Amino acid sequence: MKDKLHQLKLKYQGTKMAPAFNALHTFLYTPNETTHSGGHVRSADDLKRTMNTVIMALVPCLLFGMFNAGYQHYSAINGFPENFSLFEHFLTWENFLVGIKTVLPLVIISYGVGLAIEFLFAVIKGHEVEEGYLVTGMLVPLIIPVDTPLWMLVIAVAFGVVIGKEVFGGTGMNILNPALTIRAFLFFAYPTWMSGDKVWVHEAVERAGTADAISGETVLGSLAAGSEPTYSLMDMFYGFIPGSVGETSTLLILLGGLFLIFSKIASWRIMVSAVLGSLAMGLIFNGVVDAGWLPTYSKFYALMSFPYWQHLLVGGLAFGIVFMATDPVTGSQTNRGKWIYGFLIGFLSVMIRVFNPGYPEGVFLAILLMNVFAPTIDHYVVRGNIKKRLKRLKSATIYPKSSDEVDSLKTETA
Amino acid sequence: MALLSKKDSKLILDPLADNNPITIQVLGICSALAITAELKASVVMALSVLFVLSMGNVAISLLRNVIPSKIRIIVQLVVVAALVIIVDQVLKAFAYELSKTLSVFVGLIITNCIIMGRFEAFALGNGPGKAFLDGIGNALGYGIILVIVGFFRELLGSGTLFGFKVLGDPVTKTGLYAIGYENNGFMIIPPAALIVVGIIIWVQRSRNRALIEEA
Repeated sequence: MKDKLHQLKLKYQGTKMAPAFNALHTFLYTPNETTHSGGHVRSADDLKRTMNTVIMALVPCLLFGMFNAGYQHYSAINGFPENFSLFEHFLTWENFLVGIKTVLPLVIISYGVGLAIEFLFAVIKGHEVEEGYLVTGMLVPLIIPVDTPLWMLVIAVAFGVVIGKEVFGGTGMNILNPALTIRAFLFFAYPTWMSGDKVWVHEAVERAGTADAISGETVLGSLAAGSEPTYSLMDMFYGFIPGSVGETSTLLILLGGLFLIFSKIASWRIMVSAVLGSLAMGLIFNGVVDAGWLPTYSKFYALMSFPYWQHLLVGGLAFGIVFMATDPVTGSQTNRGKWIYGFLIGFLSVMIRVFNPGYPEGVFLAILLMNVFAPTIDHYVVRGNIKKRLKRLKSATIYPKSSDEVDSLKTETA
Repeated sequence: MALLSKKDSKLILDPLADNNPITIQVLGICSALAITAELKASVVMALSVLFVLSMGNVAISLLRNVIPSKIRIIVQLVVVAALVIIVDQVLKAFAYELSKTLSVFVGLIITNCIIMGRFEAFALGNGPGKAFLDGIGNALGYGIILVIVGFFRELLGSGTLFGFKVLGDPVTKTGLYAIGYENNGFMIIPPAALIVVGIIIWVQRSRNRALIEEA
């Protein structure tokens, strides 16, 4: 296999299709033309490794999502089990089969279409295939409802990869997070498939209007409608609630986040500040309710009185903060910029959530908005730093050998 | 003998592609985004601009030697305003529903950069015959983009063309809708027009690399 790939690559070397074969080759094996001796810095920490680390952090969410797809499906039909036991009711083959039937096609389509476009563009442009899509392809199935029709996903992935990434020059040059571009496209193009109380449970749409009708409202959806959610806090934390495929389990997202922080792949500054931002906005809303400024008949009452810290347990906020906001390409690059960027993501997410019941999931809009502003934030952070250093320079005493060197020294330092 | 000399036909053909007012000069974007959700509105808008621009160009060209250059903008505005009001009244009289769809955008032809741009750049320096051809060419260049954008937005967004249900009926589930197809709501909203225009610009510049600006 290895030798065959080597030969295949050599055969196509210098031709138009070369990038496609190179990509296949290096994805599986080390190239056979590496240097074996001499003083080279060897590091495994390349783009492929980075991407694979993120995927590893996502796998638990994906597996959980597959079981949860079945769990929500059967619970919607038979009612939620009374004495819930993890192994009897959740981690069953029955549930997993539903997951395989619904979630696996999403993953395959997402990777198939996305990678096909990446290969196509690499061949057209004549550069190597970039690994950027590996993570995007995994994120996409996790942030959409289980029953998203596959042809819609095909269109959305094509749109997201071409308009969100390739037109800007490919991996590393994109302004918007491609996975969120895909979700935003789906949301605005096919809103009936992306929100409401039917799309979160497998088969709910087909059964609508029949005697076997089932439904599963997300926590945010029922809050926006003004009713109390029926799920317990622990259900929300462990993720036994309806929602997009991989975003429900706060516990597993937390583990994935810790893994990313300790492997130094994702920025802890963005995660921490985003959590702080969402807590701050939640506290403001709770404060308004506690002060009695909001009449109970207001349509915002249920969402605004929702305890501030519970916002992190429901919807896609936690998932967005850990896996989307921390995208190193579209986020802020400077440390101070990261604090501002993350804080505003959390702050705006909760704000959109509460004030626009039509978009119960405001996280993706908040992150896309901050993606756009990230370069501006960085610009002002850098400018601020330059200003600070110039100020320091002014108050500094410089001792030159001769007095006419002062000016040249000053310009040099600045 | 050809109907038009080579120079004259260039006046008409250039703005259609290599010097298109929307995709190359990036003028008149506002109306291109606002009214292209339906093909019918796009066509009517294109015709209105065709009328205003060709007539206005002739009028300004005839007046070019008597307009004091200090007040030429005001004179140009008066000419456009008069023509736009004619268009608006005609639409209100004969196509009331459509004029409601187009709403303020017919009136806003007055501020369309393409029109003032052609007056300033061409009509003030050329005779009425050439100015007329230039007006026709630029209005067609504007119109062709409007029609392309309107075609895709109406077809993908509403599944219709000129109001005819070409893809089947979404309510009774016939045609494409029978196999699960759904209209793309994204194409109805104005940002979609921006993306469609962007794709046209992309295609055009990759076919003719001479159009790509120096970075």
